[in-house]
Amino acid sequence: MEKSRRNFIKVSALGVGGAMALGSSWNLVNASVFDSSKGEEVLSSEGKKLKRYPTYCEVCFWKCAGWVYLDEEGGIEKIIGNEKDTHCEGRLCPRGTGGVGMFSDPDRLKTPLIRVKKEDGDIFQEASWEEALDLIASKFSGIKEKYGAPSVALLKHGSPGKHFEHLFKAFGSDTIGEPAYAQCRGPREEGWAATFGGWVGSPEPTDIRDTKCLVLIGSHIGENMHNSQVQEMAQAIDKGSCIITVDPRMSTAATKSKYWLPIKPSTDIALLLAWMHVIIYDELYDAKHIEQNTHGFEELKKHVQTFTPEWAYGHTTIKPDVIRKTAHEMANAAPAVIVHPGRHVAWYGDDTQRGRAIAILNGLLGSWGKRGGFYLKESISVPKYPHPKYPHPKWDWKDLAKDYPMAKMGLTQEVIRASIPSEAGEHQVKAWLVAGTNLPKTIPNKAILKKAMEAVEFIAVVDTMPMDIVQHADVVLPECTYLERYDGIRSAANRTPSIALRMPARKPMYDSKPAWWIAKQLGERMGLGDYFNYNDYSEVIDWQLQQMGSSLEEMQHKGVKNFPRKSGSPYYQDGETIKLKTNTGKIELYSTELAALGFDPMPVFTKHPEPDPGFYRLIYGRAPMHTFSRTSNNANLSDLMDTNSLWMNPKTANVWGFSAGQEVYLKNQDGIISEFPIKIRVTERMRWDSVYMVHGFGHSNRKLTRAFGHGISDTDMITNVSIDPIMGGTGMRGNFVTFLTEKPEEAES
Amino acid sequence: MRYGMAIDTLKCVGCADCVVACQTENKVPIGYCRDWITETVDGTYPLVEVELRSERCNHCENSPCVRCCPTGASHIIEGGIVLVTPEACIGCSACIESCPYDARYTHPSGHVDKCTFCHHRVEKGLNTACTSVCPTHCIYFGDLDNPRSDVSLALKNRKYKALAPEAGTGPQIFYLI
Repeated sequence: MEKSRRNFIKVSALGVGGAMALGSSWNLVNASVFDSSKGEEVLSSEGKKLKRYPTYCEVCFWKCAGWVYLDEEGGIEKIIGNEKDTHCEGRLCPRGTGGVGMFSDPDRLKTPLIRVKKEDGDIFQEASWEEALDLIASKFSGIKEKYGAPSVALLKHGSPGKHFEHLFKAFGSDTIGEPAYAQCRGPREEGWAATFGGWVGSPEPTDIRDTKCLVLIGSHIGENMHNSQVQEMAQAIDKGSCIITVDPRMSTAATKSKYWLPIKPSTDIALLLAWMHVIIYDELYDAKHIEQNTHGFEELKKHVQTFTPEWAYGHTTIKPDVIRKTAHEMANAAPAVIVHPGRHVAWYGDDTQRGRAIAILNGLLGSWGKRGGFYLKESISVPKYPHPKYPHPKWDWKDLAKDYPMAKMGLTQEVIRASIPSEAGEHQVKAWLVAGTNLPKTIPNKAILKKAMEAVEFIAVVDTMPMDIVQHADVVLPECTYLERYDGIRSAANRTPSIALRMPARKPMYDSKPAWWIAKQLGERMGLGDYFNYNDYSEVIDWQLQQMGSSLEEMQHKGVKNFPRKSGSPYYQDGETIKLKTNTGKIELYSTELAALGFDPMPVFTKHPEPDPGFYRLIYGRAPMHTFSRTSNNANLSDLMDTNSLWMNPKTANVWGFSAGQEVYLKNQDGIISEFPIKIRVTERMRWDSVYMVHGFGHSNRKLTRAFGHGISDTDMITNVSIDPIMGGTGMRGNFVTFLTEKPEEAES
Repeated sequence: MRYGMAIDTLKCVGCADCVVACQTENKVPIGYCRDWITETVDGTYPLVEVELRSERCNHCENSPCVRCCPTGASHIIEGGIVLVTPEACIGCSACIESCPYDARYTHPSGHVDKCTFCHHRVEKGLNTACTSVCPTHCIYFGDLDNPRSDVSLALKNRKYKALAPEAGTGPQIFYLI
């Protein structure tokens, strides 16, 4: 075993025993009767009384509100959607329905664990909460004393992140990052902000149910089960809306589309520019809208003059007549058209500009604030529970992101980089708290991550499951699942504002605890008790709800509360002037902000590297039943899909002599070899110059008994990362792989 | 009364929510399923047609599984729903062999199991679990003899097909195409 300060723990004494085997005691004939439209307490067919509790889902980040049905023995029978909720309209997606499996997983983290050094490698020893919390508090306090509070960093995702963010700000550290920004949707947010003066946000305010034309460019609705969008896409299909999907792979959405444009990967900006060219030079735009609401039309017109469909054909392999036809489809539908902003958009390092190109196209088509385009969302702000003012940190994530002028959130990879000692580094990170994010499956360029994990003095991990990141921890804290805890009120920005409550349906299994409790316990131990002036988080929620004209009691009964809009119609009227927070107050086709920062004010197309012979571009995406790498061990969901496969065009398979189901190892352009093999799926749905796999597999922690070694991790194969100079997004589609049929001597792990 | 189901292949995204919903509703053991998703791909890239389908027991009018069952465990109840009585099933698998849809499996406790059209819900006026959960609303269920049922309305103005009609089993599940 490798000798380092903190050995990677492969086999360890992770929590033992105590499983209540709730999931396996189900009786075949015990079928219960309930529907999303029915009442609060129902009887199972055996006369078992089931009680329902409100929640909002944490299996992904869409946060659909639902009902958890609990039997008298404390078993969770079923989770269904809350019929009043605009995120789900009473229907959860497979992940939400399978949330049961997250609760009943016998592999869950059960008790706090502390790393103990042994001669033949480190092991985890079970510990009491007192011991674990005391240790973390003393380590963090010690680092604060020696290096300053900002040297303790928080890397987080999801609901638990909020509780720790409060703890960290109280502690004096704003060295906070979450992969949802630089590794996911950050580029589109900044591209959108430069055009429309604000973020798209989540859920995206796309008026899909009333659209006449939905354009998906690298957006896999249906494979990413963004619930309300999937439901609305089905409504759009019913109404006969035109769907245009741009994707090198025939995605699920592509199968539902009138036009599928099988684009050559990395050339999307060329297509977007050609579409702008057609709309402008075929005079398909609404001149009054352009005059009234946009800034820089003439500059854009000049800019795209040479970007004809014929020019784009050479780059994209999409035929000019198809580019023209689809541009005309969009324009005919305008303003009831949506060129979808996409979600996971960190691809090639010019992603802010691609996001901008999409935003500009929407600007030309006049879809902003229009029925069937983008509605004007509204939300209710949840009042802040009173606490002392946060101290001002001596430095924070902004100092780490100073090379990226438009970064608006912590860049996870920069926090990680700042954890590696360097002479130049003014700001050193010395310890991490990692909450709800499995960094080895999230952060590309594993070598840097590994170096950082070895360099920092201390890592504490909070999770529900023994994810890969847990193996690098000094202390592991078992969080209870979302079904067993209170969390912050979900305030949703939708057509109408709404709030949703998550409350525990039962007490936590094993010795797991909610994140709010962990944050409070750590806070008290670090002398920050004033910031946690409550005994139970339900007091905070009740106080907030009272301020909002509701109460905990009301919400425990309803789960969701919708409020009337205060900002008027979700759509602009015909001829009404659009109001935006850009420098010019208009839709900036020419970005004054980007120009002032020295960036291209209008997107340009640049060619990206192409694979050497024998190598194929690695594309990855989502499956509807899985979220990131967090669900691969869920019994219900792994039953639907227990591994990823490598999508390969039959021509490619033929060249290599591969057959369907054959296992191969992948090797990337930097010589990195996959830890596990992957089965080939030979399919006509894939381009011949690329291969595709679903993200989130290839777990290396044996404690995940269902997921360990199933499939491979795309993230491991991503070592060439193109950083977006504008906001620091990590472009991850510039990697190429080839195939090894033999098991390599020493696979890179 | 004749229960049937229509599934809109133009809307199904193959997410398998129907499968999880069935598992949690009917306590189908992990590793088994009463419904499942299939994908058919025709053509050559990039001229490709893909169809995603949620499949299950077709509750056939002329059901070979019922005919061949030696104990009468497989039987048809009112509304044409084909059921298996676990206590009467000897697990001989004749029904599994006879089913052209591969819709049955042997439950770990020894008897044969399959989709029941959620008759325990249906008799209380509820939709099947898969219908009630489907995020794209692509599954329609109801009485085929009632022209105003969801399923009849779904079939009224659309082209549809059944699977393996040549088997002559009279399937009661239809796919809108």
